[in-house]
Amino acid sequence: MNQPTASSSGSRNLFDTVWDQHTVGELPSGQTQLFIGQHLVHEVTSPQAFEMLRDRGLGVMCPDRTLATVDHIIPTDDQARPFADGLAEEMMSAIERNCVEFGIELLGLDDPRQGIVHVVGPELGLTQPGITLVCGDSHTSTHGAFGAIALGIGTSQVAQVLATQTLAMNRPQVRRIEVTGSLSDGVFAKDVILAIIRQLGVQGGVGFAYEYTGNVFDEMNMEERMTVCNMSIEGGARCGYVNPDAKTVEFLRGLPAVPEGEEFQRAAEWWLSLASGPQATFDDDVTIDGTAIEPTVTWGINPGQSVGVGESIPAVGDYEVEEQAGVAEALEFMGLESGNPIRGQAIDVAFIGSCTNSRLSDLREAAAVASGRRVSDGVRALVVPGSQQVAEQAEAEGLDRIFSEAGFQWRAAGCSMCLAMNPDKLQGREMCASSSNRNFKGRQGSPTGRTLLMSPAMVAAAAIQGHVTDVRDLAEAAS
Amino acid sequence: MSDSQITNVRGTAIPLLLDDIDTDRIIPARFLRCVTFDGLGEHAFEDDRQQDTGHPFNQERFAGAAVLVTGRNFGCGSSREHAPQALMRWGVRAIVAESYAEIFFGNCTALGVPAVTLERDRLEELTASVEADPSIEITVDLEAGSVGWGEQTATAELAESARTALISGEWDFLSQLLANSEAIRETAATIPYLSGFGGA
Repeated sequence: MNQPTASSSGSRNLFDTVWDQHTVGELPSGQTQLFIGQHLVHEVTSPQAFEMLRDRGLGVMCPDRTLATVDHIIPTDDQARPFADGLAEEMMSAIERNCVEFGIELLGLDDPRQGIVHVVGPELGLTQPGITLVCGDSHTSTHGAFGAIALGIGTSQVAQVLATQTLAMNRPQVRRIEVTGSLSDGVFAKDVILAIIRQLGVQGGVGFAYEYTGNVFDEMNMEERMTVCNMSIEGGARCGYVNPDAKTVEFLRGLPAVPEGEEFQRAAEWWLSLASGPQATFDDDVTIDGTAIEPTVTWGINPGQSVGVGESIPAVGDYEVEEQAGVAEALEFMGLESGNPIRGQAIDVAFIGSCTNSRLSDLREAAAVASGRRVSDGVRALVVPGSQQVAEQAEAEGLDRIFSEAGFQWRAAGCSMCLAMNPDKLQGREMCASSSNRNFKGRQGSPTGRTLLMSPAMVAAAAIQGHVTDVRDLAEAAS
Repeated sequence: MSDSQITNVRGTAIPLLLDDIDTDRIIPARFLRCVTFDGLGEHAFEDDRQQDTGHPFNQERFAGAAVLVTGRNFGCGSSREHAPQALMRWGVRAIVAESYAEIFFGNCTALGVPAVTLERDRLEELTASVEADPSIEITVDLEAGSVGWGEQTATAELAESARTALISGEWDFLSQLLANSEAIRETAATIPYLSGFGGA
């Protein structure tokens, strides 16, 4: 077998191995020209990139390594064309036209494989260990769950990758984050990444790729690993990844874009050889005790501003002087009182969905909480599956019925209320328990709307109770 | 398209010395429902401006500023190039901050907008000077690696790759990447998953 890379017995980490494999050369600026194995495209960050190609008379270098889908702007209820929102319709028409003109496959609304770009890639088997993958979307870091180098890029870079299948990049350093032990019941992948960002800060990862390692990640399934890698960007990291293992290989077996038979055996052997070896070195090392992680809820306006569900909302004085202005701004915007417990905080809206937490296992965890219960009066609750395939699988298991009977709205696949570029939005100062990834001011569509990030099971619990709830209390009540 | 060499930016400044300003605040998502970047400038910081009449982007005295002065982790969050596009179309030609989120920094360089860093205490001095006299001229000097205003000069940092690209005028990375098409093909030929994972 042609195996040009270092084996796992070596001292190299996966990032360096994959980076070197894809290095075309050094540019005059000193940056690396990096070959990109898979390019994913969506409707928001691509129209200007296609226009740049048109301006220069360029085509797409590798259409067969490029796939487009639609997710950000699509309505999740009435999807009849033309869309009621003329601007959304214009963007939809633009990506349809661009994909035809440039010979790129588009998974449109009438394609059963359509969904959020970071749900679709793994589902189809396009996301594989050892590849470089880019998309004009910061949550591209999701795909690192398979041991890929997965990078969010801007629109000028989308044009560069379309035209050359390469990117100009500075090589980041690699920080290994080991999470030891096992998670307690009621603690999920979302809580792990929120705890990591709380500890290292929203800019702690700038200049780094994060390698997630340790027993907690070994025990996670692939969807849980995607949740963690998804929010690497919220911690400031350029990307995040988990080393491929037997679970990775089994997940990929049989997926449409994955080779079969002998070629699959060769692929699996290569994938596993890429994992950071026992002697691998890193630019930085952090260890976190996984057994100590609690169900976690954000109270502020960035994903690092969070507490365990048993804790109280912090005070300005709890922070270093240079942090205090930001903390005061967050408390004021959120309308929360220092010293009050986060548990019991009333909510108006509950949102289960987004590229962070809209996969089948997320919906199962939320449905387990919702089953046989009712959404609290006055709470608007949405469940938005990440893709049409997720929706179909969930419906086959009856999860849609569990949600509907509990009073949740069961919607069509899309980004929905994570960033509210579509009709799903907060109104006024509504407080939303959300399984998404960003609690930025105005993120969910109302300039004054407020977001509390948490796991899907915690969102379901908050929807049932009408306020922030420790999901473990509901589990005990049911048993 | 030919790039221009950017060795320095001169102009007045607009101070916004806050930390962790995300790209949703720079340009809220609803303004991304567009197929060109035209018209984004007028919506820079739209929601923050609506909620705070005293926001610097609402103040006449900072109108026409070319240099944005801001804090730590500027441009965090979404990869939307619409964010630097909105600032650039508002009139910002250089940014001076304590630090940047990486995708945002890369997007700025791709647009020919130098995004340099200063030590926090110097940023605070610069902000105070601009607040006291909004007409004061700021010079962001890429060759000297400095930011100057009035009698003051502060050392500015900029990633060497960005500095080289901007000063030489070669920040149009597309042309550079295209120039290596032979090397791209050679590299692709060595990548296992592009050739059957080493099979016959």
